[in-house]
Amino acid sequence: MGKYFDELEKDYRIKEGLKACMNCGVCTAVCPAAEFYKYNPKNIVNVVARKDDAEIEELLKSDTIWYCGECMSCVTRCPRGNAPGLVVMALRKLSMKTGLYLNSEKGRQQYVLVKDLCTNILEHGYCIYPRNFDYAHHPEFGTVGEWTNNNLDEIHRRLGSNLDGDGPGGLRKIPQESLDQLKKIFDVTGATELMDKIFADAADEAEKRGLSQDEYFEEVYHADNGHHLNQ
Amino acid sequence: MIIEGKQKIWADYQKEIPDDHYFYVRSCIRQSFFPASEVVFLDITRNKLGKDFFENPYHTTCGGIAYHSDAIPQETAMTIIARQFALMHESGYENYVCSCITSFGCYTETLETWREFPELEAKIRQFLWDSCRKELVKPKYLAHASDIIYKFRNEIAAKAMFRLVEAKTGRPLRVVEHIGCHYAKMFPSKGVGGAEYPYVLAGMIEAWGGEVIDYPERRQCCGFGFRQYFVQANRGYSLSNTYKKFESMEPYKPDFIITNCPGCPYFLDRWQYVVAEQTGKTYGENGFGIPVLTYEEVAGLVFGYNPWDLGLQLHQVAVEPLLDKMGIPYDPAMKYKGVNGKELGTPAAPQNIRFK
Ligand code: SF4
Ligand code: SF4
Repeated sequence: MGKYFDELEKDYRIKEGLKACMNCGVCTAVCPAAEFYKYNPKNIVNVVARKDDAEIEELLKSDTIWYCGECMSCVTRCPRGNAPGLVVMALRKLSMKTGLYLNSEKGRQQYVLVKDLCTNILEHGYCIYPRNFDYAHHPEFGTVGEWTNNNLDEIHRRLGSNLDGDGPGGLRKIPQESLDQLKKIFDVTGATELMDKIFADAADEAEKRGLSQDEYFEEVYHADNGHHLNQ
Repeated sequence: MIIEGKQKIWADYQKEIPDDHYFYVRSCIRQSFFPASEVVFLDITRNKLGKDFFENPYHTTCGGIAYHSDAIPQETAMTIIARQFALMHESGYENYVCSCITSFGCYTETLETWREFPELEAKIRQFLWDSCRKELVKPKYLAHASDIIYKFRNEIAAKAMFRLVEAKTGRPLRVVEHIGCHYAKMFPSKGVGGAEYPYVLAGMIEAWGGEVIDYPERRQCCGFGFRQYFVQANRGYSLSNTYKKFESMEPYKPDFIITNCPGCPYFLDRWQYVVAEQTGKTYGENGFGIPVLTYEEVAGLVFGYNPWDLGLQLHQVAVEPLLDKMGIPYDPAMKYKGVNGKELGTPAAPQNIRFK
């Protein structure tokens, strides 16, 4: 027992997702992340189950916990009712809270995710907002994606969306009253606190590297030290 | 024997799906990438089947993509969900249906976690009151929108203009069904057919005349992976998963793929394009890819909607080989036009995958 495990234990995803593991490795066998990255959900479950703070701290600092894709395929298969994907989510939360996520390349990517997704939610009421989804950052959007970007309003009108319009319909403008409520939800449930922390950490990291905020974003978005793959 | 076994498992996982009166919530991804699918879903349910599907314009994202990218805490996601439930109640509904599979997973997880830990539900109830002055009333029934089309698959078949068969030969089309992971992998009893033999899409395929393909990686994730796609450095994860699926399904020569998650068709479509452009490999016939459709698009084709009203022009993998097989007429000149035939130019042709 120790301070990290005590924190983890409060997380409902640990209460739900960590029972007795019998080390069968089924989660690892079915896991798409384990095939691609140097990643093994069975080992993660084991470390947390051992409640050893030194080992947990290593995990919190590592790239390892950021490899999971949260597909939850492991949950279906675990014969003991564990949910390694949920255990990983609890570890990620603690890694951000303690600042240990800054020790890993994949951990630092949380800046990109928090900035992009939380901005979309608070400003537009959507996780994905098509005016912020650009071909330049998503070349796999393809030639059709490029054409879509260039004709966004016309295409959505053609297909019956209500892009940024009033009333119901696809991609309608979310009323200000709803956006205000989302902001209040963020304030009372800890999302604003998390955003503030991640942004403050990113400002420090950018300064350490002599980068502007935008340059730091791009670095985090693209950085790949070549040590992640399971090859 | 094996078939009987499967049928028994399917029978164990037949969920009750109410007939009518639903509070409908949209999907961020579906609205962005397959906007016509939601339009068609509402047109089919409201106008063709005569059902009541209500949309409250004050509803928002469920926050699910941010939650599974670990960008918002669990309490935040749950309170956003609680707000959506409160809107449902204020609108006078108790059946809740969502367009997104990530949402469906989040709603299911939330309701199940509250059931197991009532103190957490109480905490979220208070958060909702403190932030929005709203009262949490949980839905009596939760469905994914594909459950609804599944439920009415036979009614749709009875009104079908086209079937999932090759018009010239009568051969049933070979169809890959791809179920979004968060539909039933966490809580199998919440999905039609469970996680092992999900029947929600297979049922549509069979009712509309097609043949379901069983292939080794049938239950493999499309590879979205949330952070594994949104951050460019991680995208190889997403691409590799799709590649693995296509290599596995290729020998079975699928005519098309049907999906119920809004993200999967985007990835299965776009990564085929990337595989082709990077390696020259294509998985369809004659240099085409394998068309990947939403279940709403498939229902729309069966019903006889104009393919360009269904938004099939937003797919990078050309859908024309499928339309030709099914004998569906279309005007190639209108594919990329705007309202009233407005000229919008055409997308550039890719190098390695046939586009028309
Ligand atoms: S949720 Fe994570 S650990 Fe579980 S199978 Fe998916 S990628 Fe692997
Ligand atoms: S499948 Fe379950 S019991 Fe088996 S190693 Fe993974 S977590 Fe442990």
